[in-house]
Amino acid sequence: MSVLTGGHSATEAARGRTFGPLYSRNALAVVSRGLMAAKSSTWLILVSGFFEPVLYLISMGVGLGPIVGTVAGPGGQAISYAAYIAPALLAVSAMNGAVYDSTWNVFFKMNFAKLYQGMLYTSLGPLDVAIGEIFLALLRGLLYATGFTAVMAVMGLITTPWAILVIPASVLIAFGFASFGMGITSFMKTFQQMDWINFFMLPMFLFSATFYPLSVYPQYIQWLIQAMPLWHGVELLRQISIGSFSPATAVHVAYYLVMIALGIALTTGRLRKLFLK
Amino acid sequence: MHNEATRSFSTSASFQMNPPAVITAENLTKSYGELTAVDGISFEVPAGESFGLLGPNGAGKSTTMKMIGGVSQRTSGKLSIMGLDPETHGPEVRAHLGVVPQQDNLDEELKVRENLIVYGRYFGLPLSYLRPKADELLEFAQLTDKAKSRVDALSGGMKRRLTIARSLINEPKILLLDEPTTGLDPQARHILWDWLFRLKEQGVTLILTTHYMDEAEQLCDRLIVVDKGRIMAEGSPGSLIREYSTREVLELRFGSERNATIGRELEGIGERVETLPDRVLIYTNDGESALEQVSARRLHPVTSLVRRSSLEDVFLRLTGRSLVD
Repeated sequence: MSVLTGGHSATEAARGRTFGPLYSRNALAVVSRGLMAAKSSTWLILVSGFFEPVLYLISMGVGLGPIVGTVAGPGGQAISYAAYIAPALLAVSAMNGAVYDSTWNVFFKMNFAKLYQGMLYTSLGPLDVAIGEIFLALLRGLLYATGFTAVMAVMGLITTPWAILVIPASVLIAFGFASFGMGITSFMKTFQQMDWINFFMLPMFLFSATFYPLSVYPQYIQWLIQAMPLWHGVELLRQISIGSFSPATAVHVAYYLVMIALGIALTTGRLRKLFLK
Repeated sequence: MHNEATRSFSTSASFQMNPPAVITAENLTKSYGELTAVDGISFEVPAGESFGLLGPNGAGKSTTMKMIGGVSQRTSGKLSIMGLDPETHGPEVRAHLGVVPQQDNLDEELKVRENLIVYGRYFGLPLSYLRPKADELLEFAQLTDKAKSRVDALSGGMKRRLTIARSLINEPKILLLDEPTTGLDPQARHILWDWLFRLKEQGVTLILTTHYMDEAEQLCDRLIVVDKGRIMAEGSPGSLIREYSTREVLELRFGSERNATIGRELEGIGERVETLPDRVLIYTNDGESALEQVSARRLHPVTSLVRRSSLEDVFLRLTGRSLVD
């Protein structure tokens, strides 16, 4: 029996490829691994992330909404409270999904399952792993965003065709958080340190103009919140959801583009340091 | 190997032509801050050879393996794998390698067969190649009926076999095995040794680290003994035994109270006398006659044993008997 019938054209072809020390143009292999793993995992966990913002929307929008009445939307027009918070909750869900995937999941794979160590003993480079994992996080974000947008439509919160753009915009938000989250996770060594991430995320969720306008704060608090990524996501989706655009829209998008670029640079650098030391 | 034989005939040269080196290390050094894990080691491994790295814990074996795999950057020195520098051509170098790490790092979220396929995808191999290849390897590893099982349902020996099967998915030219049989029962060890022999017969270069001297004697054509990051000795198991030990060893036990005092009285018998807490070892080319000399000095051990010298004697002589952590 010859297990190593050397000279297989496939293995020779795979060896003939050339690439740098960081990237082998094979992030797809990491993605298909993730899909295969998701297939055998419980769907319930996957679905639970979708329900969280829906529950918030029902309790706050339907429950609290009638008491609040209408509020001023991005362009100054009056919109229902549910329509006001729905895009914000979508931004939060994009953030949560991406952060969960790129922090806890990555933390586990890095430190316990030793998955990346195994991957990096193959032709994969650290950049393949980073891109693949981030793409998977975005795929999950895309599923959640599509589902949530459908719920918004069913609840009658969508009034303009522009609203369909909240789906790609959610993916952009998820991309920013996922690329940064993975880089930050690479610094973490213990579960206690991982809790710091929640410590940072919860106040951002509550105070980023999610449930009420930024104008309630004094000026310097406003600046602080405007520096945070979630606020840009909330504002971006809120503008898109009612089709009210302004120069600020471009600023929000640019904020995320910069965040993505920095995040990927950070993550790849860290993976290189961790695994190719 | 066969090719080499015919080539050296056809050239009719007076010297034996050596196969080209697939691994060349020159003054390879790796420091972690103050600690120098690998301290300027040099070696060459020709294609098709089975090459062993022996040494106590912390000697620098695993670090050397990691540098060969391109997953650890060297501090200084030169390293070439299949003519490539693993530091600048990591993915390309690893396309030639099969790696069996010290601890199994199978993908627990995937099933047994999926582990092989997905791992092959990491090398950029197409499914049309991987599907039959995975089945072939499962059969080789005697895991065909476990193909759809979860990895965590496998026994330790099965996991090890799967890890080794996985390392062969890309038909590697060089197989790196870091303590391949640690934690396996004797049956599983012998099955693995048989495998490794067969791979070697097919021309795969084997690089292995091990703590088991019998394993090194069985598997290695040539080996280096490393300690504290330096090469202490290099050669075939047989030549190392000839060089650093005697043909036979006489083991005497006088009871732990008396070994030390009697050890001094035995000086002069054989080539070297080593006194251990539990026994006295006499290194000699003729164990029986050494035993007669011991009796002639009216020293009567509780037990005596004449055995052939082994690689273990060489190893302990070179790296010392004190415990290192």
